[in-house]
Amino acid sequence: MSPMSARPLTIAVTGLNATDNPAPGVGVIRSLRAAGGHDRLVGLAYDALDPGAYARDIVGDVFMIPYPSQGIEAFLSRLEYVHRRLELDVIIPTLDAELPSFIALEPRLRAMGISMCLPTREQLELRSKVNLASLRERAGIRVPRSAMISDPDDLYRIHERVPYPFYVKGTFYGASLATTFEEALAAYYHTVATWGVPVLVQEYVAGEELDLVGVGDGAGDLVGAVPMKKMLLTEKGKGWAGITVRDSDLVDVGRAFVRATKWRGPFEIEAMRDAKGQYHVIEINPRFPAWVYLSVAAGMNLPRKTVELALGRRVDPIPDYEVGTMFVRISIDQVARIGDFQSIVTTGEIVRGGEAP
Amino acid sequence: MGSRIKELATSDTGFVFDPVSGSTFTVNATGLCVLRALKDGLSREQIARQLSERFDVRAGDPARDVGDFMALLAQHGLTASEGNVP
Repeated sequence: MSPMSARPLTIAVTGLNATDNPAPGVGVIRSLRAAGGHDRLVGLAYDALDPGAYARDIVGDVFMIPYPSQGIEAFLSRLEYVHRRLELDVIIPTLDAELPSFIALEPRLRAMGISMCLPTREQLELRSKVNLASLRERAGIRVPRSAMISDPDDLYRIHERVPYPFYVKGTFYGASLATTFEEALAAYYHTVATWGVPVLVQEYVAGEELDLVGVGDGAGDLVGAVPMKKMLLTEKGKGWAGITVRDSDLVDVGRAFVRATKWRGPFEIEAMRDAKGQYHVIEINPRFPAWVYLSVAAGMNLPRKTVELALGRRVDPIPDYEVGTMFVRISIDQVARIGDFQSIVTTGEIVRGGEAP
Repeated sequence: MGSRIKELATSDTGFVFDPVSGSTFTVNATGLCVLRALKDGLSREQIARQLSERFDVRAGDPARDVGDFMALLAQHGLTASEGNVP
């Protein structure tokens, strides 16, 4: 073991929201904690009431950061401050919307001594909802028919390209199923009001949804991947319970994606399995999913592997995982201390001294 | 997808887990007997005979019950069709 690998690391993770539509940060930090060692795990929060900030058993220190929309210099300035305080080694971003900023800042953060394991801007674009169809040729992956629209008039003839029923989706989040023109129009305006233009219209594929969490090494190989079937959904369609399944076909979809794009870092594939057992990829998220801890429970600590990749260390693929490992979320009232809330509101940080108690 | 019968994980309590689809089922004692016999590759007639030996089958038609159960398995996508099983 090199002296470098023996030194405890300071690892910051974003996305501490953990409501019924949770961000992946708490799951990522929990995974890193499960890897053992004495690494200092730091949460980067966007809201003073992000539930993960108060999860004292999981998250050590917490720093508020500004939304990237407030300007990349303000964003960088805050990261510089956190770095001055704690000397960060690695940052793992977990939110779609912040990734372009982190990718843009990667050279400057690297110069400061902070490593990340991220796709390139080009790779990020390749898997975007806008360009998902191009993966059909590039990676040989089945994707539903889709179209991007920015004008509601396009909906009059959209059925010529994408048959009803179809989903109307925002660029980052949100999906509404439309079976008629009227429903499509209402979904279009709702999506524009929430997420802006353009709007994705995507063919509905009947079947059951399965998801895959994986990590690509940036050279075209898959470090590891775990397929999961959702067992229980929230009203928003988010998985509340799930189970790992044996599905080499879905893992092969992930492998094809990584090979075709030379994907670097974590990803989640959402796919529909039709009656013939064929997969149709409906979305590829450029980050860990909120259920990432399931991969750790099944024997693959993908977040830890991501840290190793970020540091430029050699990472061997993880060969297998345990089928039949389940997660069932719980909604629980955390007890928080007014001191923590006061600290984060007034100073923008909670410094508990690194390791969670 | 073909027959997934052999891949099913069964417990003595009748809890059945399909590792491919992630689905779980519960079966009663006779269902478990049939399922395990199918995993062992027994024919419908052999399974019916086994049912008659192990359970108190005074009335009814075990072979038909096995056929019904196999149709149910096909309905759940665990066999491509009833005819797949010898």
